[in-house]
Amino acid sequence: MKIKDTPSRIVFKVINYILLSLLALICLAPLWHVLMASFSSPTLLVQHTGILLWPLYDADHPLTLGGYYIVVKNNSLIRGYANTIYYVAVGCFCSVMLGSLAAYCMSRRKAIWMKYLILILTFTMFFNGGLIPTYMVNKTLGINNTRWVMIVMGVISVFNIIIIRTAFLSLPESLEESAQLDGAGHITILLKIILPLTKATIAVIALFYSVGKWNEYLTAAIYLTDRNLFPLQIVLREILIAATSPPGMEGDINTILGDEGNAKKLVEYSTIIFATLPILCIYPFIQKYFVKGVMIGSIKG
Amino acid sequence: MRIKDLKKDWIRNRTVYFLALPVIIYFIIWHYIPMAGIVLAFENYSARGGVTGSEWVGIDNFLNFFSSYYLKRTLLNTIVISVYSMIANFPAPIILALLLNEVENKYFKKVVQTISYMPYFVSTVVICGIIVDFFSYNGALTDVLVNLGLVERRDLMTYKPLFRPIYVISGTWQMVGYGSIIYLAALSGVDQELYEAARIDGAGRWKQTLHITIPSISPTIIIMLILTIGNLLNVAMEKILLLYRPVTYEVSDVIMTFVYRRGLIEGDYGYSTAVQIFNSVINLTLLITANAISRKYSETSLF
Repeated sequence: MKIKDTPSRIVFKVINYILLSLLALICLAPLWHVLMASFSSPTLLVQHTGILLWPLYDADHPLTLGGYYIVVKNNSLIRGYANTIYYVAVGCFCSVMLGSLAAYCMSRRKAIWMKYLILILTFTMFFNGGLIPTYMVNKTLGINNTRWVMIVMGVISVFNIIIIRTAFLSLPESLEESAQLDGAGHITILLKIILPLTKATIAVIALFYSVGKWNEYLTAAIYLTDRNLFPLQIVLREILIAATSPPGMEGDINTILGDEGNAKKLVEYSTIIFATLPILCIYPFIQKYFVKGVMIGSIKG
Repeated sequence: MRIKDLKKDWIRNRTVYFLALPVIIYFIIWHYIPMAGIVLAFENYSARGGVTGSEWVGIDNFLNFFSSYYLKRTLLNTIVISVYSMIANFPAPIILALLLNEVENKYFKKVVQTISYMPYFVSTVVICGIIVDFFSYNGALTDVLVNLGLVERRDLMTYKPLFRPIYVISGTWQMVGYGSIIYLAALSGVDQELYEAARIDGAGRWKQTLHITIPSISPTIIIMLILTIGNLLNVAMEKILLLYRPVTYEVSDVIMTFVYRRGLIEGDYGYSTAVQIFNSVINLTLLITANAISRKYSETSLF
């Protein structure tokens, strides 16, 4: 049954569409500005004020890819990219494996001690030693300023274990019992039967972890001092926030773009796009998993 | 539980216990040992003595902090910034979800949703980079504010009165779309028959929203509120560390950034651990209080 809209409803609808369009615009505008600026002429860019709708260029000052050229030529940025990919890939694998292992053990209803283990783990959600004691532990273990610390920190999250465990518990017990009768061990049951059946949940967990790891900078800021190990975000922080340049970049700006004062901004914009584009291209396709993740999380919460 | 049962359990489930070993070890090393590490707070840490051998000073570190002017500054900043953030960031996703819920064109809805999630996927460093650029001397937003006659042209990141608004509003911008997901999920679960019944009773859209939609999602709202209040003073230090400058410390330095500076940059381990314990105690108290109040008045609670 379709009811005709009253005049006030129509007014509301129009306002609603305008408000939401405005919101979308506001969400989009900053990155659009950065994208447009990233291949504008650096000379015009410095003179311009306000948000850019289109790239800036004229007959004497053509569009340029110079900013991107400097970015992809820079060793620190490329190495940062490679390091980030390494940390995300290895970390994600370890996180999923350890998380499922923990969840599997805790979903064994018959093992008496497991329910105490759950309590012991949940406790850490509310109490933790904090910044300095954790730092001291890593220092004592000698993993500060190594790749290990980037993998280890945050690799297991109690919240994720609880979510995976809920998914495991939703499977019928008979499934595992029959596998056990066929002589399958715990690892076989976990890898061959349970994980394939709960792969949707596992994928959600893996995605949350990966996006978080890709974007995170604090762990690296605390524990890493060796430039060779820096993830992308730390190099970005140097360029965008500290307004310093990684080795080699300033020289490149001088030789490729000339006037340094103008060109630095252009390189900043190019760097942002270079670092963000992959995730912006992927997120529309993975967002439905995040929606799912939020919902799984909320049912538990 | 009898010894015999435990024995049987061990024989039957020991492989499970062995499998859990890596996880248990992880939690011991990276959660429980650091918890024991809070003894640092009662020591005057020296590199020679280490955690166990340093001079024991009792609660001196706490007293030092309580009598310093940093207590007032960091506590006040933490509270003000969190309360502002909550006032802006808590209702915004609910309003967005309600507005989206009224949209009948599903393509428009999908597009707006997708775009509004975008800032969530951009890293904090990049967002802060954009903020720093937009509010620089001739940045895009500085320009807008100057043209509106609100500020004089200057680098606004070093301008104290604007630090908190910039921090809070950029936070809303970043989280509003993503935060609305959970409410949209709750809204999609509202029983459509309730609306039918209300329409038959002559309730208009506004009345329906007020009496059906909002009550239906209020358990979700309450849970989110408890979580928000429980995490109230857990200000995300990542973003402040990137945005604050020594000239704005007076309005931007929160407890955790202070801990970070004092502990990791200046190496004052004992003192900063004490400050962090103070922070944790307040947080936990807030969480428990929020939960208790909610349990009393709305029968919805976390634990």
